[in-house]
Amino acid sequence: METIKDIINTLTAPEILITLATILLFVSAKYRHVFYTNTVALVLFPAMFVFMAISMFDEDFYLIVTKPDNVPIVGMLFLIPFFTWFSMREAVRNDRRTDSGTPLIEKEETADKVLTWPDLVYTELIAIVLLTVLLVGWSILIPAPLEESANPAATPNPSKAPWYFLGLQEMLVYFDPWLAGVVFPGLIIVGLMAIPYIDTNPKGNGYYTFKERSWEIMTFLFGFLILWVLLVILGTFLRGPNWNFFGPYEYWDTHKLEALVNVDLSDYFWVRLLGMGRPDNILIRESVGFLVVLGYFLIPPMVLARTIFKRFYENLGPARYHIMVFLLLCMASLPIKMVLRWLFNLKYIIGIPEFFFNI
Amino acid sequence: MSKVNPPLRAAKPGEPADAGRRSFFSWMSLAWVSFTASMLAAGTATARFMFPNVLFEPPLTFRAGRPEELQVGIVDERFKDSNQVWLVREGGGIYALSTTCTHLGCTPNWLSAEQKFKCPCHGSGFYITGINFEGPAPRPLERFAISLADDGQLVIDKGRKFQQEKGQWELPGAYLEF
Repeated sequence: METIKDIINTLTAPEILITLATILLFVSAKYRHVFYTNTVALVLFPAMFVFMAISMFDEDFYLIVTKPDNVPIVGMLFLIPFFTWFSMREAVRNDRRTDSGTPLIEKEETADKVLTWPDLVYTELIAIVLLTVLLVGWSILIPAPLEESANPAATPNPSKAPWYFLGLQEMLVYFDPWLAGVVFPGLIIVGLMAIPYIDTNPKGNGYYTFKERSWEIMTFLFGFLILWVLLVILGTFLRGPNWNFFGPYEYWDTHKLEALVNVDLSDYFWVRLLGMGRPDNILIRESVGFLVVLGYFLIPPMVLARTIFKRFYENLGPARYHIMVFLLLCMASLPIKMVLRWLFNLKYIIGIPEFFFNI
Repeated sequence: MSKVNPPLRAAKPGEPADAGRRSFFSWMSLAWVSFTASMLAAGTATARFMFPNVLFEPPLTFRAGRPEELQVGIVDERFKDSNQVWLVREGGGIYALSTTCTHLGCTPNWLSAEQKFKCPCHGSGFYITGINFEGPAPRPLERFAISLADDGQLVIDKGRKFQQEKGQWELPGAYLEF
């Protein structure tokens, strides 16, 4: 039992967990005919449930899962995989129907039009009533966790954002506050708003499909499931005192030692590579970082337009293509920075603390 | 003319024909003046409300006891709650560190076993000197001006701060030789 716990504690370390989840996402999409079937769901979801139930006997696991703050995330652990599985199953079924020329599921279910009133409005009313009952019951059964009055001299340890912001808080470990707290959240909102203007492809409107839009769906699933939901789960269950990582069966030891010594790119270049001191002039010192960042945002769009994104470039036109690639590169910068941190302890590519400018 | 603007009431004998109109305008201007005055008064009262009568903030400059009370290599946390300052004495002198993390402003904890300040919010770590060495904090903790008063007590002035990345720790006041 202890060995299994140790293995799980090791596997849930951020670098391994995020890598494994990414592999799982892409492999399951590749073999979706096998993975997104009823058989797999009938094994997977009960297995998850049994796993949670057995784990409850572990004191540390029990404490963290039953914390009133964390209850919605426990629900999310089941709900989000379920809905992902469900929509992928429908997509796989529909793709098969398209291949064989039979009408889509949606067409078969409702041959006629459905009326807003009463069909939709009644469904919504019932949903509203049921959800209200659920929320009232929940708030009575699990009281809100109140703490002692605020004291600026004592920050709770660990200090966690509301659960829906934990993905942002996790991002703050890898990026400077102005990027992770201002620029990226803004870009997420603007980027999501821009989707209908960039992606005007009507395929997939009103019916499930994977084959017709595999690239778009995988980009979205990676951004949503890995870069948002998984980071929320990680922040909720696996971040403990001093924002250290703790496995699900690990005691939250305030004195856990974890080496987090990070090095700037300028250090790597001037000190370790060239064997000299860092130049005094800030612009010379950070010139490598500026080149890397500029190159990252300038070279890939041009290269991609001529190679694997050729189809996008032709369909979207230069303006929409460049906005799309810029948003994509911003999204990709998070996993890239994570990997650089895990592998090389890289702190900042451009580090100018003198002017609060760090990338 | 009279069709457009009829007199408000008939003129009394001996009164000019447009007396009603004139008194109307004087009433109107009185109303506007009092309305403006009341708005100004309300605005002033609101502005005054922004400056509370009593401020429960500790003064920026405070006395922190005699330097002999500090032990070498020990972080003094007596003024953490009241003034958000750590006092540190090392071999050659004393300095006053701000308890505000330079990442996003949480209050780190001093972990004496690990000999480091560790922030609970995002895991930034600082040496006893205040230099950042782990986690996301972009720069070292700030130091406050420290000096010795005539009565031999330490005086910390939080109005003046010294930032290491700007080379200010070398300036007089950032460090008290003792």
